[in-house]
Amino acid sequence: MEKYQCNVCGYIYDPAQGDPDQGYPPGTAFEALPNDWTCPVCGAAKSEFSPVKG
Amino acid sequence: MGAVKIKDGFYWVGAVDWNVRDFHGYTTHRGTTYNAYLLVDEKIALFDTVKEPFFETLMAHIREVIGDPEKIDYLIINHIEPDHGGAIAKVVEAIKPDKIFCTRNGRLGMIGYFHQEDWPFVEVKTGDELKLGRRTVKFIETPMVHWPDSMVSYIPEDKLLVSQDAFGEHYATSTRFDDEADFCELFQEVAKYYANIVLPFSPQVQKTLKAIKDLKLEIEMICPDHGVIWRKHVKEIIEAYDRWSRYEANSKVLVIYDTMWNSTEKMAWAVYEGVVKEGIEAELFKLSVSDETELMAEVLEAKGLAFGSSTLNNGLLPTVAGFTTYMKGLRPRQKLGFAFGSYGWSGEAVKHLNKIFEETKTEIVHEGFRVKYAPTAEDLKKCEELGRLLAQKVKEACSV
Repeated sequence: MEKYQCNVCGYIYDPAQGDPDQGYPPGTAFEALPNDWTCPVCGAAKSEFSPVKG
Repeated sequence: MGAVKIKDGFYWVGAVDWNVRDFHGYTTHRGTTYNAYLLVDEKIALFDTVKEPFFETLMAHIREVIGDPEKIDYLIINHIEPDHGGAIAKVVEAIKPDKIFCTRNGRLGMIGYFHQEDWPFVEVKTGDELKLGRRTVKFIETPMVHWPDSMVSYIPEDKLLVSQDAFGEHYATSTRFDDEADFCELFQEVAKYYANIVLPFSPQVQKTLKAIKDLKLEIEMICPDHGVIWRKHVKEIIEAYDRWSRYEANSKVLVIYDTMWNSTEKMAWAVYEGVVKEGIEAELFKLSVSDETELMAEVLEAKGLAFGSSTLNNGLLPTVAGFTTYMKGLRPRQKLGFAFGSYGWSGEAVKHLNKIFEETKTEIVHEGFRVKYAPTAEDLKKCEELGRLLAQKVKEACSV
């Protein structure tokens, strides 16, 4: 599964870690996060994320 | 007040703002300072600048130390927010730096503010070092503590951390060091600053504290961009940040409310009585007469929150909606709470408050209590019981 980075603050969403604080367990693909999910660090919208290359 | 020597070759060259009382909505009853630092070695570096109207003060302080400001080789921008970066354009023009060190987001942010793509930016990352002569500057990125561009600079030879907004406070003083200030006033202001500025980024504070530990940085002095320089209470301020960023709070309940025709107010008093009777500290805040900045500092330190609002046109009273919106954005966590309020028609306030509790991941100890029109003696007894219940839960949670 692909990692995604927040264009605003640089936080990297790693599906292997998920976002347990907001209720998304390890193993949750970025695509499986709802559209109203926000960056756990700076609060930016899901649309502000880009795939991490390489 | 003049430049102040902090260590050999390291000077405070910032400005004291005695008169600011509204800092983008943050009430600064004790003013603030905009700290900039000058490091004089084989190369000369300026760390951060000041709010734009204080540019001349900064330059006067620089001239006092080195004479011609153009002697400065490097500008190090730890944080671009206009209270530190407002004077950057004028400073660049005045000192003509060979290089401007900043993070990637710092460069993009400065271009966003000043539209000068051809400034001599050098992007740095955590672990990068800059040799200035006898001294080295190590950069550590601290994204979102306080903005995406933020970083801190560590000088190992002096065991000194230039920490931008972290460990700062809005507190104007005529002296520059923590041990020269009133300790109680200082810690009130530090807590207020954490609650109103840093709290949303507590998980990043934990990461930064871990990075400091992992990199085995010995810190004898912390030079933030606001307020005093820490040299005596370094351990205490780091411990306080650790405690706050782990959301540790005191065994204490705040009853925060507003009222239309005093019914919700009577309920608030009864809740407060219940908490006090249970033997823990309680504080009562009527939002129409409370300062939101000060109140947030209380929220930071209290484990229990009882929120009350009358229902106005199916919603919350605007004062309650305003404060809870502000509080929600600051992301307090690990609180316990419940809601109450009176109403005349359909009584939605409690429902709205419960939603705010959910959004702040507050443990709701009771579904909430609503009273139509005015509370009876029995209703007030129920409010008191709920105050007791919250107090008990708070006691249990804080004794673990």
